[in-house]
Amino acid sequence: MRSAILPLMFIVQRERGYLDPPGVLYLARRLQLRVTDIWEVATFYSMIHTDPIGKYHIQICRTLSCKIRGAGKITEYCSQKLGIKPGETSADGRFTLSEVECLGSCGTAPMFQINFDYHENLTPEKIDQILDKLP
Amino acid sequence: MRIEAIGCEPLQLRRVHLENSRSLDVYRRNGGYEALKKVFDGMSPDDVINEVKKSALRGRGGAGFPTGMKWSFVPKDSPKPKYVVCNADESEPGTFKDRYLMERDPHMLIEGMLIAAYALNSKTCYVYTRGEYRYLIDIMDVAIEEARAAGLVGNNILGTNFSCEIYTHTGAGAYICGEETALLSSLEGLRGHPRMKPPFPAVSGLYAAPTVVNNVETLTAVPDIIKMGGEAYQKLGTEKSGGTKVWSVSGHVNSPGVYELPMGYDDMEKFIMEDCGGILDGKQLKAVIPGGSSVYIMRADQIMGKDVRMDYEGLVAAGSSVGSGGFIVMDETVDIFESTKNLTEFYKHESCGWCTPCREGTDWLVKVFKRIEKGEGRPEDAQLMLDLCDNIEGKSFCPLGDAASWPIQSAIKRFPEDFKKRLINHG
Repeated sequence: MRSAILPLMFIVQRERGYLDPPGVLYLARRLQLRVTDIWEVATFYSMIHTDPIGKYHIQICRTLSCKIRGAGKITEYCSQKLGIKPGETSADGRFTLSEVECLGSCGTAPMFQINFDYHENLTPEKIDQILDKLP
Repeated sequence: MRIEAIGCEPLQLRRVHLENSRSLDVYRRNGGYEALKKVFDGMSPDDVINEVKKSALRGRGGAGFPTGMKWSFVPKDSPKPKYVVCNADESEPGTFKDRYLMERDPHMLIEGMLIAAYALNSKTCYVYTRGEYRYLIDIMDVAIEEARAAGLVGNNILGTNFSCEIYTHTGAGAYICGEETALLSSLEGLRGHPRMKPPFPAVSGLYAAPTVVNNVETLTAVPDIIKMGGEAYQKLGTEKSGGTKVWSVSGHVNSPGVYELPMGYDDMEKFIMEDCGGILDGKQLKAVIPGGSSVYIMRADQIMGKDVRMDYEGLVAAGSSVGSGGFIVMDETVDIFESTKNLTEFYKHESCGWCTPCREGTDWLVKVFKRIEKGEGRPEDAQLMLDLCDNIEGKSFCPLGDAASWPIQSAIKRFPEDFKKRLINHG
C-alpha cells in the first residue's frame, strides 16, 4: 500500500495546489503511516511541494545541453517578463519560476516545462506566445 | 530535431515516423507482437534467455551489463513472485532517447516487457518513469489498455496459460531513482536511497522478491532479438556489443536528435560532421561528452582523424564510454571550467544524501568551483578538486559518486588551460 504514496501526493497537489499539512495528515491516515513517514518522502522529491506554489510553475532546464544553447537568456527573459527571480512566486500567485535539472529535452534546447507540459526550442517570441495564451 | 537510423536498417526507430505509430493497429501491421507469438509458439523461458544471451545485448541505461546474464541470475526455484521493472527514469543529462521510444512506439516496450516476463516467469511488470514524463504515462496507459482489450495483457494472453499485468508508476523528480536499487526503494514508496548490493535485485529486489530492472531501450530491443534470432541481432553490431544503439545528440550541432546506429559505427568524426550536420554556425569542435554527463569528456583531437568506433570497446579505447548514449557536442565557445561547474552543481543537487563522500564531496566541489569563479582561484585548487574526486570515486555507496567525479577528473586533465587561467597566485 505504501507504494501509492507518490501518486497520492500528486493527487493532493492537483487538488490543493501543494502538499499542505491537512494533506499530509490525510495521507498518513489513508496509508496507515506516521506523519513523519509522509514528510520523510515528501522532502526527498523535488516535484513534491510542501510550500504554496504558483498556479503555473515554470521550470527552466539549466543543465549542460540547455545551458550551452542559451538557457541563461531564457531565465533572464522570463524573470524580466514576470518580474520575479528563480525561486520566487508572483504576488498574484499566478507564476512560480524555477531553474531545474535536466528534463530530458536536450535535443530541443532551450526548454521549460510549465506544470507538466513541455515547451521546446524556446525563443523570446515563443515564450510571449506561450505565456500570453495561458488561461 | 531529427529521428533517424544511420548505417543500418532502423530497428527501434522502424515505426517512429508512421502515422498513429502509437496505435496497436499500426504496431501490428508493422511486425508488432510477432515476437510474442513466436515465443508462445514453442520457445521455453530458457530458450528466450539464451537468444538474449547470444544477441550480446548490453544494458542501455548506462552500465552496459549483459542483459541475458542479468536475466539468468533470477532464481528459478524461488517461491516468491518475480517482477520485471522497466527503468524509464531517464534523467542522465544529455539523454532523451527513451522518451521518444515510448512516445512514438509504446507497444514495442509492452511487447519487450511481456517477453521478459515470460522468460523470467513473472506475472507483474512495472514501468517507472520520471515524474516529469507525466505525458508518457498517459501514452503508456492508453497503449496498455489497448493491448488488454486485444488479449495481449492480463489473463491467458493470446489464449495461452501465460498471464501478466503491466502497471505504470512515476517518480517525482530525483535523478538517483535511475539507479536500479534506488528506483526499487522509490517504487516501494520510500525515499529514493540506493540499497546495499549484494543481494542483487535478481535475488532480492522489489518487495524483497526476485526482480529484473531493465532500461526502456534494452527492453524494446528484445522483440527484434526474438524475431531475427540472437545471433543475427548480434551480427548487426560487434562481437561484444551486439545490435544497434540509439543515441541522443544535443549541443552545438546543426541536427540534434535521436539516431540509431549499428554498434561499432565507424567513425565518430563522420557522425558529428556529416550525420549530425556538423558544428553549428561553422564553428570548431572543442569537446564531446559521448555517453551522458557521467562519462569522461573528450577533446576534439581525441576524435578528429582518430576513427573512433562507436561501441563499448571503441569508446573505452578512445578514452570515454558509451554510458547512456547522451551525446553532448560543444563548440570552441564553451569554457570547460563552466561546463564542468554546471555538471557538478547537477550532481550536488541530485546526490541523495545517504552517504558522506558523495553528499559532502559534491557540496565541497561546488563551493570550490564558486570560489574560483569569483576570481579567488589558487594554483593548488586543481589538485584539491582531484583529491576531493579521489575521495568520492569508489568510496561512495552507489555509482552517483563515480559519476560526479569522472567529468571533473577528465576535464581538469584534458582541458587544463580552461582551469589554469583561473588558478593564479594572489601573492
